[in-house]
Amino acid sequence: MSMTDIAPAPSRLRYIWNATLRAFNTNKTSWVGLVIFVIVVFLAIFAPIVTPLDPLEQNILQKLKPPSAEYIMGTDGFGRDIASRLTHGARISLIIGLASTVLAMVIGSAIGMLAGWKGGRTDILIMQAMDVLLAFPSLILGLIIVAMLGPSMMNIIIAIAMTSIPPFARIARAPTIAMKEREFVDACRALGFSDMRIVAGHILPNILPEILVMGSLWLANAIRTEASLAFIGLSVKPPTPTWGGMIREGFENILDSAWLVIAPSAAILIVIFALNLLGDGLRDAIDPKLKGES
Amino acid sequence: MTAFLIRRLGFAVVTLFAVLTLVFVLVRIVPGDPAQVILGDQASQEAIMALREKLGLNRPIHAQYLTFISGALVGDWGTSMVTGRPVIQEVLNVLPWTIELTLISLVIGIVIGVPLGIAAAVKRNRFTDYAARIASLLGLSFPPFVSALLLLLGFAILLPWFPVISARSGSATAWFQSITLPAINLGLITAAYITRVTRSAMLEVLQEDYVRTARAKGVPINAVIIRHALRNALIPVITIVGLYLGILIGNSVLTEIVFSRPGLGKLIVGALNQRDYTMLQGMMVIYTLVVVVVNLATDIAYGVADPRVKLK
Repeated sequence: MSMTDIAPAPSRLRYIWNATLRAFNTNKTSWVGLVIFVIVVFLAIFAPIVTPLDPLEQNILQKLKPPSAEYIMGTDGFGRDIASRLTHGARISLIIGLASTVLAMVIGSAIGMLAGWKGGRTDILIMQAMDVLLAFPSLILGLIIVAMLGPSMMNIIIAIAMTSIPPFARIARAPTIAMKEREFVDACRALGFSDMRIVAGHILPNILPEILVMGSLWLANAIRTEASLAFIGLSVKPPTPTWGGMIREGFENILDSAWLVIAPSAAILIVIFALNLLGDGLRDAIDPKLKGES
Repeated sequence: MTAFLIRRLGFAVVTLFAVLTLVFVLVRIVPGDPAQVILGDQASQEAIMALREKLGLNRPIHAQYLTFISGALVGDWGTSMVTGRPVIQEVLNVLPWTIELTLISLVIGIVIGVPLGIAAAVKRNRFTDYAARIASLLGLSFPPFVSALLLLLGFAILLPWFPVISARSGSATAWFQSITLPAINLGLITAAYITRVTRSAMLEVLQEDYVRTARAKGVPINAVIIRHALRNALIPVITIVGLYLGILIGNSVLTEIVFSRPGLGKLIVGALNQRDYTMLQGMMVIYTLVVVVVNLATDIAYGVADPRVKLK
């Protein structure tokens, strides 16, 4: 039994844990972002407990009531409790945001690593395609895809994921090219490892931190796109509450009942800002050279 | 140089075909029969058949594809199913509004963003830097329709300084009143973006040897920042602002909707609501052409300005 067989897993985990902790401590604002985001996730998971009123129950006698003890954020045009609709709407935003970001992250990184690893024509072709996708107005692309496929949760996830693939491909490609020349890759080749094994087992772990940090920033973007699509009217079907949809409905009564749009607007802004703080701080920690780059 | 131009042009043609094919496929994966979707459930069988005939859906798929591609290339971008007018005409009707809004906000964004980005980079890790970074991060966090709504609430409803609906009559005051809030909305978001890009580009350039050399030989600090650092930092800034065009178009769509301003935003949402698929397809083709041409122009301009690019 060699030394490396003695409990390598805990030490590796501890290493990752320490590195993560260090990353968070480099820029304290990432803690602020993380705490806010965790609170939002918590509110979404425990929505029925935090806001016991039914988000779908209409009460026409109580419509358009300003915030009060019973309805802490007031009621909408159908007399539904806005606070309940916010916490239940958070579920939609988070599910669509997370699913589309993970999808884009997996596909984008795979494409980027493939381009970087293969090089040559494959690389040029793939990256040119990515550049076009990147240059295309992502909201408009998303909008057309959802309009064509029909507004269901699955289709929205696909549409948002498609618009966020290129940035992940870019971020995965550059370090793959750099790492391809490194000695440990030569060593892997000498040992007869397959391309797949080298890329997945040895290059991926090295670029994973960057991809994950990008993920938190693109999660913010995905949530913003989802809200924008919902505001335009392309989201899961009413009466299911979505933040963008609530603003869309509230917009009709903006002259006399401003709280209808203020509550969901604040919710969207807080979540996106928290994720941006989180991602921005972590990126500083990972690559001080890129500090604050967009 | 010629080889570089030919290669770039070749890429542009390939991309154009790729994206046009994507548009073609996208429009044809509509679940169900497009004619049925357009006419609704109550439509008679004859009406559906007639529309299929009119849209060319009866013809084999490769014939449809050839018609679509050749049409797109010679400037036949389809006809709106709702108004019966050519898509290009509908687009050209509202394009001035969108271009006006986009250009003014781009100017606002540059005027605010570039100096702020320089200040943040020069005063790195000091109060100015933190303030600029938090402000720009906040600006980037605003979905454009949320900030537009808040501006509308604040400066058109609570303080009735501006009209709620940006209608435009001939007078200069009316024009100013209708453009101000939408332009501020888009301009501030653009400024947030440009601030960050300028800051990071400046940070990188300020570390270069030639900046230190310039300082060492006694060039005043402001001259170093403007003449040596900023000039070099602007190259990446311009590229990224070019890429930002896509985001700017998306943001302008949302801004136009909130302020009820005529423009591409209203056109595209109207087409969506009326299920005007030919209109959407035509707009996609036009967007694609614009994007490919702008990309090509940026690439060439970049290659002319920076000889190193051609070597790649």
